Amino acid sequence: MPAGFTRSQVEAIAALAYLELDEKEIDLFARQLGDILEYVNQLQKIDTTGVPPTASVVTGHEADRPDETRPSLERADALANAPDGAPDVGLFRVSRVIG
Amino acid sequence: MSRATIRGVRDAVRQGDRSAVEVCQDAFARIDARDPPLHAFNTVTRERALQRAAAIDCDRSRWHDQPLVGVPVALKDNLCTRGVRTTASSRILESFIPPYDATVVARLEAAGAVIVGKTNCDEFAMGSSTENSAFGPARNPWAPDRTPGGSSGGSAVAVAAGMAPLALGSDTGGSIRQPAAFCGIVGLKPTYGRVSRYGLLAFASSLDQIGPLTGTVSDAALALGVIAGADPADATSAPQPVQDYSASLTGDVRGARIGVPSRLVDGGLGGVDAEVFRAFSKALDALVARGAALVDVELPHAEYAIPVYYLIATAEASSNLARYDGVRYGFRAAPEGGRDDLRSIYARTRERGFGPEVKRRIMLGTYVLSAGYYDAYYLKAQQVRTLIRRDYDEAFDLVDVVAMPTSPTPAFKIGERVADPLQMYLGDVFTVSANLAGLPALNVPCGFTSGGLPIGLQLTGRFFDEATVLRIADAYESETEWWKQEPANSKSR
Repeated sequence: MPAGFTRSQVEAIAALAYLELDEKEIDLFARQLGDILEYVNQLQKIDTTGVPPTASVVTGHEADRPDETRPSLERADALANAPDGAPDVGLFRVSRVIG
Repeated sequence: MSRATIRGVRDAVRQGDRSAVEVCQDAFARIDARDPPLHAFNTVTRERALQRAAAIDCDRSRWHDQPLVGVPVALKDNLCTRGVRTTASSRILESFIPPYDATVVARLEAAGAVIVGKTNCDEFAMGSSTENSAFGPARNPWAPDRTPGGSSGGSAVAVAAGMAPLALGSDTGGSIRQPAAFCGIVGLKPTYGRVSRYGLLAFASSLDQIGPLTGTVSDAALALGVIAGADPADATSAPQPVQDYSASLTGDVRGARIGVPSRLVDGGLGGVDAEVFRAFSKALDALVARGAALVDVELPHAEYAIPVYYLIATAEASSNLARYDGVRYGFRAAPEGGRDDLRSIYARTRERGFGPEVKRRIMLGTYVLSAGYYDAYYLKAQQVRTLIRRDYDEAFDLVDVVAMPTSPTPAFKIGERVADPLQMYLGDVFTVSANLAGLPALNVPCGFTSGGLPIGLQLTGRFFDEATVLRIADAYESETEWWKQEPANSKSR
């Protein structure tokens, strides 16, 4: 378990999270994330052998429902907040992804 | 002018003593006079509200019996409102106008409420002070150099300063209860699943819950009855029938068993301030005087709730906030330095659009979910979450509610904890376990420090037993005068 974080570790996590960090943020997060992880490491001393994980506290009711068609947003409404929408063709525009 | 209650406003409109428009105009007069130094609101919806109030006045017979007829309501700015800007106090959503209403918004309006604005909060509800707002901090009406708590700080300020008798907030780790405690009002986090989360901008989906902030316990009971209930749009909303919460307020606590985790509260683990501890002890004495019994409960894993919370909440947040990429809604960064490929634009959009605390949590959450660390952090945290739930299950074999201070300290100064995120997180020691276990929990005012800052008592109940939590809190409230006190700058126009 790493006690602190190196700059290159921070950069690797930022890349996974699609976050472009500046130099100051890389140094700050290296220190702060290291501090936080050191603190949460106290969990390692708890014996959790055979303890099931809790992902959700929802119990006792059926989350499944019939797959019925219902009205959805109008296309114009769904596109209305797009920074670069193309409502005439009903698409979101992004920069070129294929060379 | 004293702080209005939901029931007072509603009854005045019902009886024709005041029109909905008069009530609404009065709310905006207060907001105009009081909000500039406090910054409770990100957006005020004056014209929309006045139109709606006029529509209610024009069709009185239709609205007469509705439980919130004419009642002004402030909504935390992470609850979607059709046609009204919803920012989550983030640059990345600064100009986002939702095309739909959250279920709670639709239910409030169907009950006759009039939405007066969207309240300031920590960005994406991540924080305990409302300092992480992209639009500047909110201030505590009891002491403007202090925070109102957070993340639903603006909602707490709006109610405490008399700008609205009801506000909704969201609570992922204490974000309704702690600002309610800091501002001297009532705040209720319902059982997970009791209130639909449809239209709440998600932070940590297994922990988030919407609830009311009000001046009195009776108003919280009334508001919960309006917003609670199953919703086909939220698969985690619960089918259990909604109780008549107002009818449960009998004032009778004889025989009620109140659990006190004394090892946690006065054993030094929670770092409880001496004045907070004194107020908490006196509150317990008052309940005993009315016939309740105190029972020591153990909650052996409660001291691990903060590390568990900050692993689970950040993991879920890193996943939930992946949707903010500048494509479908929100801010998009311009191409820069010749780097206009999609991936660079995603990363730059998120760098410019998110503030430091949101980035910190996305980073932590991404790390704990990443290959090689998942079992050690995320899985481990989920297992300890199970142990925390079991602790409560055992405690509720013995008691009806668990009592703790809501916050170990009163409101802290603006700027005091900004540089040390871990210090900020430790203040959530008494609130996060209710979210991890999914239980209902409420703050009710229980005193003031010698410096005049509010102190709050937290009561946590069994699954879907909001009725008992509300009954005991209401009985306590009727024994005290704390809730009648108002901050100085809300007494005059």
